[in-house]
Amino acid sequence: MTLVKTVEETLEEGLVLKVRGLDVRFYTYAGVVKAVSGVSFEVREKEFVALVGETGCGKTVTTRALTRLIDPPGRIVAGSVLFRRKNGTVVDLLKVPDEVLREIRGNEIAYIFQDPSSALDPLYTAGYHIVETLIAHNKKVKRSEAVREAIRLLKEVLIPHPEVRVKNYPHELSGGMRQRVVIATAVANKPKLLIADEPTTNLDVTVQAQILDLLKEVQSRYSMSVILITHNLGVVADVADRVYVMYAGKIVESADVFTIFEKPMHPYTRMLLRAVPNPLKKIEKLESIPGTVPNLINPPPGCRFHPRCPYAKNECMREEPPTIEVERGHYVSCWLYHRR
Amino acid sequence: MGLTSLVKGVGLKKYFPVRGSFFKKVKAVDGVDIEIAKGETFGVVGETGSGKSTLGRLLLRLIEPTAGRIYFDGKDITKMKGEALKRFRRNAQMVFQDPHTSLNPRLTIAEILLEPLREHGIIVDDPEAFLVEQLEMVGLGKQHLYRYPHELSGGQKQRVAILRAILLKPKFVVLDEPTSALDVSVQAQILNMLKDLQKKFNMTYMFISHDLGVVKYMSNKIAVMYLGKFMEIADADEIFEKPLHPYTKVLFSSIPIPDPKIARSRKRLRILGEPPSPINLPPGCRFHPRCPYVMDRCRREEPPMIEVEPKHYVTCWLYVKK
Amino acid sequence: MDVIYRALCFIIDLFTSFMERIRPGWIERNKSKIDEWKLMAYAYSKSPIAVTGGILATITVILALFGPLIAWEPYWQYKVVVNPDLWLKPPCLPPSCSGYPLLGTDEWGRDIFSLIFYGYRISFIISVMVVVLGVPLGVILGLIAGYKGGYVDEVIMRLTDIFMAFPGLVLAIAFATILPQRIRGLLDASPQLKDFLLWIFALRPQEYGQLAALLSIFLALVLVWWPTYARVVRGTVLSVREQTFIEAARSLGLSTWRILIKHILPNILSPIIVFATFDLATAVLLAASLSFLGLGPQDPVPELGFMISKAGRFFPERSWWIVVSLGIVLLLIAFGWNLLGDGLRDILDPRTRRAIEVRARAKARAKAAKVKGG
Repeated sequence: MTLVKTVEETLEEGLVLKVRGLDVRFYTYAGVVKAVSGVSFEVREKEFVALVGETGCGKTVTTRALTRLIDPPGRIVAGSVLFRRKNGTVVDLLKVPDEVLREIRGNEIAYIFQDPSSALDPLYTAGYHIVETLIAHNKKVKRSEAVREAIRLLKEVLIPHPEVRVKNYPHELSGGMRQRVVIATAVANKPKLLIADEPTTNLDVTVQAQILDLLKEVQSRYSMSVILITHNLGVVADVADRVYVMYAGKIVESADVFTIFEKPMHPYTRMLLRAVPNPLKKIEKLESIPGTVPNLINPPPGCRFHPRCPYAKNECMREEPPTIEVERGHYVSCWLYHRR
Repeated sequence: MGLTSLVKGVGLKKYFPVRGSFFKKVKAVDGVDIEIAKGETFGVVGETGSGKSTLGRLLLRLIEPTAGRIYFDGKDITKMKGEALKRFRRNAQMVFQDPHTSLNPRLTIAEILLEPLREHGIIVDDPEAFLVEQLEMVGLGKQHLYRYPHELSGGQKQRVAILRAILLKPKFVVLDEPTSALDVSVQAQILNMLKDLQKKFNMTYMFISHDLGVVKYMSNKIAVMYLGKFMEIADADEIFEKPLHPYTKVLFSSIPIPDPKIARSRKRLRILGEPPSPINLPPGCRFHPRCPYVMDRCRREEPPMIEVEPKHYVTCWLYVKK
Repeated sequence: MDVIYRALCFIIDLFTSFMERIRPGWIERNKSKIDEWKLMAYAYSKSPIAVTGGILATITVILALFGPLIAWEPYWQYKVVVNPDLWLKPPCLPPSCSGYPLLGTDEWGRDIFSLIFYGYRISFIISVMVVVLGVPLGVILGLIAGYKGGYVDEVIMRLTDIFMAFPGLVLAIAFATILPQRIRGLLDASPQLKDFLLWIFALRPQEYGQLAALLSIFLALVLVWWPTYARVVRGTVLSVREQTFIEAARSLGLSTWRILIKHILPNILSPIIVFATFDLATAVLLAASLSFLGLGPQDPVPELGFMISKAGRFFPERSWWIVVSLGIVLLLIAFGWNLLGDGLRDILDPRTRRAIEVRARAKARAKAAKVKGG
């Protein structure tokens, strides 16, 4: 159908995705959960972005909201998601008509979810999943061609004997192999953006390493951008180019991966890094973060982290901190770094 | 039998029957010798199918061993029954992985905690005051006493589960992935608490996990388990500095390290293929199909466990001198 | 609906203040439980199905308990002998006729309306007895089968197979022929039991032969009833048994019996309650059907099914009012329990209970918003 006419902000060169002021709320019996409040971030071409945070920080909801995959009682209340399509046009994913969104999903933006067992329909073969997505987005493709492409993709994701495996049902495949099939399905249409939600959390350590390697392989081969959601800082250190740290529905810090680990600025990021036991270091005592994640129905006033922050000042309790660029490409949301 | 060893397992095996087949068995634990000294934390790492959870349950007699003997505090408890078994249970407890399902959703916290006391005939003058005191020990308070589990967070539930296990002041506690279901920040709190409690009550721990960082932080000694057998046993620091078994090396090089410089510069030892099923074990050394250093002998014979260096044991032909 | 919620809360508050008085501090200790009860009361009041069912069921219970006291005509008097006019009189509404039975009479000249009150008692008691005996029997066997597994499980399941395969009707016929004599003998031997049963069914001592017939269908029903519960309970136990908190209970050294009663049973109670409620309806209808076939009590016992059966001879011109009115009575009893069971199912499941609350609050919010805007 028609393209979106006016775009309030423009999408700069080199950016694939630009999110501004995303606000998602859930209207439950207990109250209104402000799951995501004023989230803004960007993804560049061929960039591997990690969205890090603990349970309930809003990282999953954010990525679902990008393609309007939020069901009631959730609602996207505000924000804009600018996306550069394969044909070069720029659209706001939150405002395009449904048919356009369906074209984009699976074709230009693909998802990989946490549990490969439930992502695959147990009644259909591995090959069928791939063929189905190919045909759905390429009307002219013949079935036999699609099957050949499916076998080629399975080979690419390093599944041995792909000609045999293409006919296997999910229950005949191991966890690692299922995740590879899911990845093959996701990249079948060569999307511009791949969103992977905790893709390795349920897998063994050795398999996890293989899958992460595969994701990096696939990303460089297809020149894709990837948004990876995880709570595991080790995974982030391994594969990410850029890191966004989320807490209680907001982004508290963002920087490139080396900076985040070497020079974390936000108190939460610092404490989080110190709470992860690094097997290569000798640790006398793990530092823990006192308190618990706040209730998002009535989040704390001001900075949402202040009840647990050892550096909390008066202004932290009153006003939400602005996002400050402490150095090139390194942004923090904290009053500690605000020069009045 | 060492004087200071509290828990000892000799030749432990657990085979589960396979549906529809008389001869095939799932060899969850296939010949394990384990000795845990009083007051130490023995860590067991492994991936799915390694049998580490089964091993923990065997030591507590929650499952019956197919073969082998279990010794606790000098006594052979392999075939114990009835009252004697109940007394053993007082001294050996378990903390389970998922806090959301290990507490009966229909009982209040008070009822959950009173149950072990009642069952073992322990009478308390003022139950409420006593329980509040215990709750404070694990960082909870009076306000949690009469709540239902679903009203508590994951971390709080796990604290209750831990309290329930140590209420009877057991000598030995098996911790089966106690923090795997929890967030990083909560995990740190719980791990520190477990360490403090261990010191306070002089307990011996068996710590099972797939997270190597956590295991290293908690354990004195670590055993690496693969397909039902120990591949390597050593002190925690030693095993990380000098991993000897090929599987250990692969495992350690696969774990995510929260340090981008090291993570990207280290050489990753690639492992081949997928973990095989514990039903069809490969002949010879069970790791040989995926081992980067496989030799001919590995395909035919199963290697013995050898003390390669003092207190450092490895099950691998590479270290057997001819 | 609000009235009902407030009424239920009032009852709960009465109970809690009573408990507080005899055990100070009780309210604080059980705050979470009290909140759950009030949530259930709220969900109940918001469900029109549950409320309707509850009202009908309450009517059934009240009529069953007080029926024989309300009935103005004793069921054992064959008035037609005295007054032949009363034979199969069709119903008559005032003011055109007065002093005549409102719902007509049967072939013995008895007022149908009055007989209904006796009938309520008999049907209700039989359904309660079947459920109260059959359900626990099935539940216990199901618990043991599900938890123990192995050999015990197989034996119990084969038993249920046998009983389920058995045609209930054949069993009922067999029982109806053989048992009444035995039961009569039993009742002769223990007069207290006899008196108690006669009182509970509101029958005269002269009818104790018929009582034996009633009891024989009751026994047939119980034997046919328990297998379903054993099956269902076994199935739920199999899934609950795998839960970690059961393993935790074992690791604490709790005995099997304690685990079954304190841990497994409370977690499977909800579906049992729902099924039992439905079964109260089914039992009434089944008992009526068996009586209809003549296997139950005979004249003058006013069992609803039996009376409909007799009316069949004169159907339709001379007895349509009997069939219609007694049929409606059976319908109301069964309908009430069924609706209540349906409503309870939603209330007892914690997930749907919360869903009901969400919907209600959302509606309330929408209404409030409209009021503000309008």
